[in-house]
Amino acid sequence: MEIQDSKSTLQVIPRNNEKIKKIWKTAGILLAITVAEFVMAFTMDRGILLYALFIILTIWKAKYIMMEFMHLGDEVKPLFYSIIVPLIFLVWLLIALAKEGSDIFMMRW
Amino acid sequence: MSAHSTAIGVSSKRGTWGGGNEPLKASYGKLMMWFFLLSDIFTFAAFLISYLSIRLGYPAYNGPADSFVGSNEYWPVPELVFEAVPFLHGFHAPLVFVGIMTFILISSSVTMVLAVEAGHRNDRNDVVKWMLWTMVGGITFLSCQAWEWNHFIHGTDAGSIMTYVNSLSREVTETVFGANLVVNEYGPPAFAQLFFFITGFHGFHVTIGVVLLFLAFYQAAVGVYDRRGHYEMIEKIGLYWHFVDLVWVFVFTLFYLI
Repeated sequence: MEIQDSKSTLQVIPRNNEKIKKIWKTAGILLAITVAEFVMAFTMDRGILLYALFIILTIWKAKYIMMEFMHLGDEVKPLFYSIIVPLIFLVWLLIALAKEGSDIFMMRW
Repeated sequence: MSAHSTAIGVSSKRGTWGGGNEPLKASYGKLMMWFFLLSDIFTFAAFLISYLSIRLGYPAYNGPADSFVGSNEYWPVPELVFEAVPFLHGFHAPLVFVGIMTFILISSSVTMVLAVEAGHRNDRNDVVKWMLWTMVGGITFLSCQAWEWNHFIHGTDAGSIMTYVNSLSREVTETVFGANLVVNEYGPPAFAQLFFFITGFHGFHVTIGVVLLFLAFYQAAVGVYDRRGHYEMIEKIGLYWHFVDLVWVFVFTLFYLI
């Protein structure tokens, strides 16, 4: 696609194939993990092991998206930690509410 | 892109507190986008963790897959609920359609990161090309979700027999087709309520994202960013778009796999 109007004074830097290759590689990893989850959903028995594996794989994917696509790893350390550390509190919320849910289950049934 | 923003007249002798510095070496817009996304992560986490909590409060269906009937006594298995694909009526294809949706959204995230990369190189043609592909991905995803909702709301041919309290506070037993906020043929009312709220809230984010993508695409195409001297807007919208993908990764796991 050629677009007319070239008032631009910006210098266009040529493509860095190394970088673009890395992006596609990350995309490949994300798709591979998703396919693996898909296969596991049909071949493994439902239970705590499968759910734990799903959650680990999901967090692994999240790590790739945040570090490679959102470039969080390239930011300075204080910014990096001010995003990551608050998320640790969510782990507590997750554990607390998962326990709460199973306790409600025990009371009802 | 911190290099461009040195204000005119700021002397390097002013030091840390003299102004003209960028906190955390990120521009104002990028920093605020990160903190907005952090607050949005909390909102989605509240939704998804509530889902997990409510789901664990119900027994799960654990009979054989081919004799599954919806009931509000137990939570349905997702692969027995989400098993339809467009144009193939009555064809049993568990999770195939949602797998395609995930693939589309991840692909659009990849084209977005390629647009950001092109923006770093000030390459307007590449930015415009990849933004266009990202928009196509976003719109396709939304269309898929519209179909998915439509199917979920209208339900299967057979429906399920449910006993529930209707909107007139009467207990009724009847065949229920599809889903609404009072009753659904798949499982407990909370199942459909959470489905509508969580995927709806995510879809709302995708819709906003497509609007932002279009604005950035247009501005890049007419040369606004060239005149401005940098393509940081692509980067900021890229952050938002990757976040939408990130949330979907979790929605996919919790809703469709577990």
